Amino acid sequence: MTSSDRTVVVTGIGVITSLGQGKADNWRALTRGVSGIKRISRFPIDGLKTTIAGTVDFIAVPEPSAPAMSERLAELVIEEAIAEAGIGRPGDFPGPLFLALPPVELEWPQRQALAAASGANDSVTYDDLLRAADSGDFTAYFRRFLFSSVGQNLADRFGAKGSPIATSTACASGGTAIQLGVEAIRRGETDAALVVGTDASVNPESLIRFSLLSALSTRNDPPSSASRPFSKDREGFVMAEGAGALVLESLSSARARGATILGTVAGCGEAADGFHRTRSSPDGKPIIACMRKGLADAGLDPDKIGYINAHGTGTPENDKMEWVGVSAVFGERAGSIPMSSNKSMIGHTLTAAGAIEAIFSLMAMRNGVLPPTINYDIPDPTLPVDCVPNVARAADVAYAISNSFGFGGQNVCVVLGREP
Amino acid sequence: MQHERDALITGIGLISCLGEGADAHWAALNDPNGFQPVLDRASFAPYAVHPMTALTLDKQIPKRGDQRQMEAWQRIGTYAAGAALESAGIKGDTAILERTDMIVAAGGGERDYAVDQSILSALPKAENPGAYLNEHLLGDIRPTLFLAQLSNLLAGNISLVHGVIGSSRTFMGEETSGADAVRIACARIGAGSGDIFLVGGSYNAQRADVLLHYAMGRTLWKGEPTSVQGRMPAGGGMTIGSVGCFLVIESRAHAAARGARALAEIAGIETGRCQRLPHQASEVAEGQLAALGAKLDPSDSAVISGASGALEATREELDWLATLGLPTRLTATALGHSVEPSFVANLALAAIAVSRGALFAPLDASEQVTAAGTLKQALVTGWGPWRGESLALVTRP
Repeated sequence: MTSSDRTVVVTGIGVITSLGQGKADNWRALTRGVSGIKRISRFPIDGLKTTIAGTVDFIAVPEPSAPAMSERLAELVIEEAIAEAGIGRPGDFPGPLFLALPPVELEWPQRQALAAASGANDSVTYDDLLRAADSGDFTAYFRRFLFSSVGQNLADRFGAKGSPIATSTACASGGTAIQLGVEAIRRGETDAALVVGTDASVNPESLIRFSLLSALSTRNDPPSSASRPFSKDREGFVMAEGAGALVLESLSSARARGATILGTVAGCGEAADGFHRTRSSPDGKPIIACMRKGLADAGLDPDKIGYINAHGTGTPENDKMEWVGVSAVFGERAGSIPMSSNKSMIGHTLTAAGAIEAIFSLMAMRNGVLPPTINYDIPDPTLPVDCVPNVARAADVAYAISNSFGFGGQNVCVVLGREP
Repeated sequence: MQHERDALITGIGLISCLGEGADAHWAALNDPNGFQPVLDRASFAPYAVHPMTALTLDKQIPKRGDQRQMEAWQRIGTYAAGAALESAGIKGDTAILERTDMIVAAGGGERDYAVDQSILSALPKAENPGAYLNEHLLGDIRPTLFLAQLSNLLAGNISLVHGVIGSSRTFMGEETSGADAVRIACARIGAGSGDIFLVGGSYNAQRADVLLHYAMGRTLWKGEPTSVQGRMPAGGGMTIGSVGCFLVIESRAHAAARGARALAEIAGIETGRCQRLPHQASEVAEGQLAALGAKLDPSDSAVISGASGALEATREELDWLATLGLPTRLTATALGHSVEPSFVANLALAAIAVSRGALFAPLDASEQVTAAGTLKQALVTGWGPWRGESLALVTRP
């Protein structure tokens, strides 16, 4: 472990999920076992195999698109986190921004607007779209759909320093963003970093893409029952939206300014998997290596971990492989360490998941309550996990590990501590 | 002053319209008959693009199944990554690759143009457009296309094909994502939280959807092909180019321990931002230059500029570069502007030039001819057409 001066602590957090806006609402729902999954109302669901998602429907943006909505959610959680941390001045955050962001591309409404502007009648080609782009005024689309737009706009608004880094390691992105922030503070480049994971990409094409990979649950009725991590009858994940922001600081800086310390990021581990584009190595090696690297980085033995915040997507494959990894790393203790999945309630917030679930892990330790895994009706005998079934549980936990495993074989584990 | 945590470039994988590898690029950039751009002017007229050189994919992506699973941008990147590992002498070296950290700068992947066009054609007439869109996205898209589009799946493919599995991160954000990828790798090497990195990206310019994006921004050059400088009086504009570039960057100690030959050192790298009000970008660059200052020796230096051709950014950069008074090359004239990998490719060209002690020939009449055998270092610039300013100093190792 690095010197105590470079210990990284969390002094502000902000969160939005389908359960609500802000820490208080989310925590209340999360500990009562409430599901945020509902029927999709944002677009027609005719013909879809999956008609449910954990959408954030209570926040609107003028010209909806995944980057516009992701940016808005990020703004709101950053505001909450900075207010709690009481750091910097308005519009002047004293450190860099690390952003976990879904990939950005032009969406169907914009494509249709270009097609309409082209005046093409029977058959629309990309040549027509190119002509329309050149003759109309679509510069707003150009900026909106640059990958850099969200990070640059957030940096403008909050005055983050230096070049904002937007990262994607699929479902591990939030963990990667935290790791980038931790590293920058440990290197002494900054005393504070703003980390945010955001994802609002529930739109027809994104949903259908996951559907085509057979990754999504099709248990549409009732929607709240669809996300069933560790259950024998689990059949896929539920797409969801949300955002989480963390203000990270060096311990010395946080103490010097008298900030309330909400917890520590004790260590981060990452490992890539070269086995398959969507499946984990059957031996679990990368997942095991990732958790061990996180523990080693934190300077902790596995027996210090009191809670595992599971990746727990509820796909047959993920939950099986996660158990393989956990049982290898934690040995005989594996089945007795509480290991719950927030995704049972909020769904899979994809790019944002690593940040949101790290936040919930910190809140669990601070509040002494572990959020449950709901919909745990039929235990899977091959996964003897203590998933905190269906009802939240009081627990005294000093260290937790939050797992994130992404498509493309990108894995990140974040070890969090209650006190520095 | 040498230090064991210096960041050295020990491998370069560079592919573009000019060919494959350092020698091919050096030869094309020093053509005794004068530089001739390689352009495809027909496919996307009125826009020209610099097409990727013909690749024998089997050389770096041996399994046909892997080739099929990827779209062109991933094949370009995976190929360039393999070439970089080969150039560093670590291709297939499992013991090293298992602890090699990777940072990829990526955009997104190709659309299925036929599906897009057919849906766009039918939607206005569809009785229930929403249902029509769902039905045809579900029925017409190849199920695995998503994996050829996701930004992080270039890195995923490199792990799969080349076994680089120490760690894997993907940065998104056009030009600056490439520079930040290198910056973070160098910072981690400097801090001892990584010994050897594979860093780079890829760009397929031969795509209607990326041209569409820049056409919406009115940033493309439509006139007769000419150098980046030559476009300025007529309103500027970018000509995009297909490029794949990866670098193996490692600590001096790690390179020495395995007997690797270093081409160059990344003596410093800075990335920054501003809102692009007049002169702001120059101020950012001035600050970056000051941060690198102590290591810069203007007497034997040059500038490899990533100026894209987009009017405001390029004009301001050219004005700022003029204050430096160094021999300058605007490589977008030759390779085209390649967005995410552009900065990495320019670092590669700088490393090649420094390792040969010479700057390559001018690409425009306004670029100063230099004497051979004198170049010891090069500055590399990367200003995005919209946002982001980057500056690096490449020196002899």
